Amino acid sequence: MTETREIRTDYLARVEGEGAMRVRIRDGQLEDVEFRIFEPPRFFEALLRGRHFLETPDITARICGICPIAYMASSAAALEQACGVELPEQIRLLRRLVYCGEWIESHVLHVSMLHAPDFLGYDGAVELARDRRDLVELALRLKKTGNELMRVIGGREVHPVNFRVGGFYRAPTVAELRALVPELEWAREATRELLRWTSTFDFPEYQRDYAFVSLRQPGEYPIERGRIVSSTGLDIPVEEYELHFTETHVERSNALHSTLEGVGAYLVGPLARYALNHAELSEVALEAAAEIGLEPVCRNPFKSILVRGVETLYAVDEALRIIDGYERPDEPFVECVPRAATGCGCTEAPRGICWHRYELAEDGLLLDAKIVPPTSQNQKSIEEDLVGVVSRSLALSDDRLAHVCEQTIRNYDPCISCATHFLRLDVERL
Amino acid sequence: MNAVATKPKLAVWKFSSCDGCQLSLLDCEDELLAIAEGIEIAYFPEATSAEIEGPYDVSLVEGSVTTPHDLERIQEIREQSSLLVTIGACATSGGIQALRNFANVREWIPLVYASPEFVSTLDTSTPIADHVQVDLELRGCPISKAQLVETVAALLSGRQARIPSTSVCIECKARGTPCVMVAFGTPCLGPVTQAGCGALCPAYARGCYGCFGPMESPNMPALERQWRELGVDDAGLVRALRTFNANAPAFKEASEELAR
Repeated sequence: MTETREIRTDYLARVEGEGAMRVRIRDGQLEDVEFRIFEPPRFFEALLRGRHFLETPDITARICGICPIAYMASSAAALEQACGVELPEQIRLLRRLVYCGEWIESHVLHVSMLHAPDFLGYDGAVELARDRRDLVELALRLKKTGNELMRVIGGREVHPVNFRVGGFYRAPTVAELRALVPELEWAREATRELLRWTSTFDFPEYQRDYAFVSLRQPGEYPIERGRIVSSTGLDIPVEEYELHFTETHVERSNALHSTLEGVGAYLVGPLARYALNHAELSEVALEAAAEIGLEPVCRNPFKSILVRGVETLYAVDEALRIIDGYERPDEPFVECVPRAATGCGCTEAPRGICWHRYELAEDGLLLDAKIVPPTSQNQKSIEEDLVGVVSRSLALSDDRLAHVCEQTIRNYDPCISCATHFLRLDVERL
Repeated sequence: MNAVATKPKLAVWKFSSCDGCQLSLLDCEDELLAIAEGIEIAYFPEATSAEIEGPYDVSLVEGSVTTPHDLERIQEIREQSSLLVTIGACATSGGIQALRNFANVREWIPLVYASPEFVSTLDTSTPIADHVQVDLELRGCPISKAQLVETVAALLSGRQARIPSTSVCIECKARGTPCVMVAFGTPCLGPVTQAGCGALCPAYARGCYGCFGPMESPNMPALERQWRELGVDDAGLVRALRTFNANAPAFKEASEELAR
């Protein structure tokens, strides 16, 4: 007699956006896994056509309320390339600084409020706070430190207003940035405490030999610039992305999957950045990683929570370094004169590389736009992890298995609202 | 009497959106735990896997209606909610995705998706109030955290939330920011945009881009005249009115007239 088990979660909690998951097991054998997206499409690439290039960062920010800076920074970088403009050093550093704020805010949100509850058996951070109020308060204050960077430089936490092609509308004063230093110094210690706490979690023994992909910029941990590199030997300028990465339609999952030529599924995000750029971390971050026994290459996706902690510490440290050397630029932005050209931009969103290409006309209007968010690049990898995790967890009860599957997806901090602008939508709702 | 049983039950729902407005609730770092003590967070999937069945005392609704399924879901949510508060430009006007209302969305689908036949979407993106009765609207792309906290505090104490309906200009005056149109000749939507953000953009040396949508009875012709004097052509005006609140009636009518 055939026995079929179906494990499904119709609405994944503690992820950004609307996703679902289904696992089918027949006669004790894993038959099929599916990580589905039912977030409705918003057609950003289409609605950008005919818009003025200076409006683009504000529009692309609205792809994601959790990582607006990533979209603003990648679109601005692409349009600056199209206009043939290079940012002066102080303006570039200011971009990196506000991006540090987004890394801190987004990583701490995920580590403490979305991901940690999985390891401790809580439904969420509010429930966790009933028992560990001290830790949740520490995490909230830490998250606020990141948000303060966004607010002071950008004007507000979600969809900052002070970001434009060529730089900023207004450069913060030295005093405004210095005022953030005491809280950032506190954050350095607080992040180490958060790291120590998360390092005590029970991590499933699961590893995969990922093909890692991230940016690389000699002399610094990649955030707002760099070449695209992989653990399989790829090393290309951002303009060549489309020559090496393709989206294939996989019938089974009804979604477009990104693949790296000759390799297949690949991984972007904290594990990839960390593995490919470990040596570029600050001393404090390296020390903290060593203290919790995190090896220079981590292939256990459940331990991504630790890598996010190390990256948070790096972002805090880097923010302090940038503020320490900050001199207010005479002009907050470089004038960008449009011309008929195509530009590409790629930056490291908290969840991994976020790649943009725009075709610009001489009058400054966009002819074409293409946006590749991190979560859609990771989708194939998420499904492969589900196969790996489920195959070795078949003995678990349905409830327990569903939880492990959800945790496997949450390892990626998937941002489904982002991915949807690019993923094919499935008509069937589970 | 059990104190827990008397706590109002809050649900947070998502429609087509970027998640930024519901994130604003988690961004209330100083207030979040206090809010959670006064309110039972009964449904908020972005923050918790716990799920308590309705009915709910308050539903916060983010996002716009863009799929056939949304049309059914919003009716169900309305039935289960004593108070329904829409949060953000998507929920109150249709959001940036309402730009499809000015185009043929069938022509857009193949620009983004490989197999258009699988995309299930409505031709328009519409605000929640087009479909069900809404008790309170919080404007903004994103909403203001201060207004969100004020709304929650008002609900808890059983009073009306104080939400201004004046223009951004009033907030510039209160903040002491010189008028960017007068002082620098920078086109600004502040005179026709509802207050609530704290007049952020002018404080950052740029013109307001209208993310809180039109104020009550905005003087659109006067604004258009001013913008033309500053050298903006009709196409530029249309684009300025067609962003995050493109489908809000005052902005929609003005942009359609300009586009004719």
